[in-house]
Amino acid sequence: MKKLLSLSLAAVLAVSATACGNSGSNNADAGDSDASAAGTEAGTEAESTESTGTESEGTESASADGGAFKIGAIGPMTGAASAYGTAVMNAAQIAVDEINAAGGVNGYQIEFNPQDDEHDQEKSVNAYNTLKDWGMQLLLGTVTSAPCIAVEAEASADNMFLLTPSGSAVDCISGENAFRVCFADPDQGTASAQYIGENGLAEKVAVIYDSSDVYSSGIYETFVTEAANQPFEIVASEAFTADSKTDFSVQLQKAKDSGADLVFLPFYYNEAALVFTQAAGMNFAPKWFGVDGMDGILSGVEGFDASLAEGVMLLTPFSADAEDELTKNFVAKYGELHNGEIPNQFAADAYDGIYIIKAALEQAGCTPDMSASDICDALKTAMTEITVDGLTGSGMTWSADGEPSKSPKAVVIEGGVYVGM
Amino acid sequence: MSFLSYLINGISLGSVYAIIALGYTMVYGIAKMLNFAHGDVIMVGGYAALTMMLNLNMNPFVAILVAIVVCTVLGICIETIAYRPLLGAASPLAVLITAIGVSYFLQNVVLLIFGSNPKSFQSAVTFGDLQLAGGGLVISDEAIVTIVSCVVIMVGLTLFISKTKAGQAMQAVSEDKGAARLMGINVNGTIALTFAIGSGLAAVAGILLLSSYPSLTPYTGSMPGIKAFVAAVFGGIGSIPGAFIGGILLGVIEILGRAYISSQLADAIVFAVLIIVLLVKPTGLLGKAVQEKV
Repeated sequence: MKKLLSLSLAAVLAVSATACGNSGSNNADAGDSDASAAGTEAGTEAESTESTGTESEGTESASADGGAFKIGAIGPMTGAASAYGTAVMNAAQIAVDEINAAGGVNGYQIEFNPQDDEHDQEKSVNAYNTLKDWGMQLLLGTVTSAPCIAVEAEASADNMFLLTPSGSAVDCISGENAFRVCFADPDQGTASAQYIGENGLAEKVAVIYDSSDVYSSGIYETFVTEAANQPFEIVASEAFTADSKTDFSVQLQKAKDSGADLVFLPFYYNEAALVFTQAAGMNFAPKWFGVDGMDGILSGVEGFDASLAEGVMLLTPFSADAEDELTKNFVAKYGELHNGEIPNQFAADAYDGIYIIKAALEQAGCTPDMSASDICDALKTAMTEITVDGLTGSGMTWSADGEPSKSPKAVVIEGGVYVGM
Repeated sequence: MSFLSYLINGISLGSVYAIIALGYTMVYGIAKMLNFAHGDVIMVGGYAALTMMLNLNMNPFVAILVAIVVCTVLGICIETIAYRPLLGAASPLAVLITAIGVSYFLQNVVLLIFGSNPKSFQSAVTFGDLQLAGGGLVISDEAIVTIVSCVVIMVGLTLFISKTKAGQAMQAVSEDKGAARLMGINVNGTIALTFAIGSGLAAVAGILLLSSYPSLTPYTGSMPGIKAFVAAVFGGIGSIPGAFIGGILLGVIEILGRAYISSQLADAIVFAVLIIVLLVKPTGLLGKAVQEKV
């Protein structure tokens, strides 16, 4: 009896350890996809040749007189984070086609090669090696943070220029070769606190965050630090972990009891969908404020009643309903090519990313016959000298450590779409 | 007022644990094995009900019945194919490892069929929340249904075991397999029946769990499964009232711990309580100490 019990307890330990492993990796970034169906590799291989096929006709002639810039891209096009990767690849393709049609970069065409990594570190590094064999000179990617950190280690060693459209973890751009289009995690916390404070959105703020996730707790910490300088008060900060991310009743009850009029939710839309459902069940309707992980709440969770997300505010560098020419054109073109879909901020980041690469290449006067390492050295300086007006901000500049300087926009969900505030 | 609200949430969560724990405790009591795939049967039940409701547009109650049937059949299949050949094995480890294997098998099959995207589960209960004290205390309809179902299941199961022939056969098998067989009881049939009942209850637990916390992924069952196992050990594994008390206590401790001690340490508190109880009373709250026959 005793033997059996100790045996069983040991087994429980084993099971719980592996269970944590599962949920942990699930939570790693943008909702995981460790286990996408086998055979996707082959599928994306076919897809990528197809999509690069469109401009290969145009590039043939260009390659004859000196070649084309080879830009590779890596992101999750299948699996749970596929919403992000697909948006990035679609939008980057639009930017590449536009540039090629307008005469290219320094008179040379661009060849674009997107690869799938299923939001998996190992597959991401494999995709990177595939692209290197292809002759990649510049990398747009990777899309999600955890794989990006792994690829950046390789790219840094190879001195390959890396521009991640949306890898927000600090370590995504640890080397001198790496830059990013989006905000870093800590900046999101600071910017959110400033936005709430400066616009007088609330006096009492509650925060619910995932203490087991680097993305969520990173934003939480900088939010709290910045909140000290702002005219609002944090009345409750409640955590959850990867193992208990289904029951938010206690956290919500405490936020409700604390009299908070705004609740800050720095985590992904999967959990946010549960929070909104449970809050509706307990008649708790504060203002909700999210970060870029909230992008996806309207369509990412199958079966989720999107009307519960009405009035949710989120900080994003891009809103599809902005009135400027650039955004209007991009949204129209994206919708035309992809069944009327409205592009999210990942798409905008990627579109800007291609134009940022173009601007930097032109600034440095690079040509396609230069090696990847020479281009990278030239761009390290060029990136700090350029100013880019894009979808995700006007007058964007970069510091040598790779961080962009731009101001975020806040949007609110009204009638099932993002509306600028 | 918020204390009451925490308490009710805790009892509701605990009721789900209790129903799952019943599956563990019955199987352990009768087959002397731990069915670690039990948590994943819950998840399969959730997917079965969801598919019926969303893709085949079935009435929720019909969908629940179908889910129960699916899980019952699944439970019997698991028992016959994976466990029965090993129950006589020299080491109890063999069947334990098989159970873990079945657990991963179920998770990955579901992952292949439905993908890893979380699915939102439409609540099967929709008669409206109960508002008390002028809206200050809201008791969700899911919580009420969960608690009521738990009590009904517990009473029904106790009656079944003490009053019916099949139930008495279960008691006999749990007492002494060899003697029961000599008395003409179909031991394998009784064990299969136990798995069937446990798995059917798992489907009910899954639907109740998902009605309150509507996010369904292939890993949904693993954490509640482990917590329910803790509840079963806590209450005294093998004892049906023990599973009930263990489950409710565990749910209440978890929610109150999260509310008043630390929201990060909720799980640590639950497992710490288990360790303390086992140190003080190694057989659990209601467990009987059985002399090991050497």
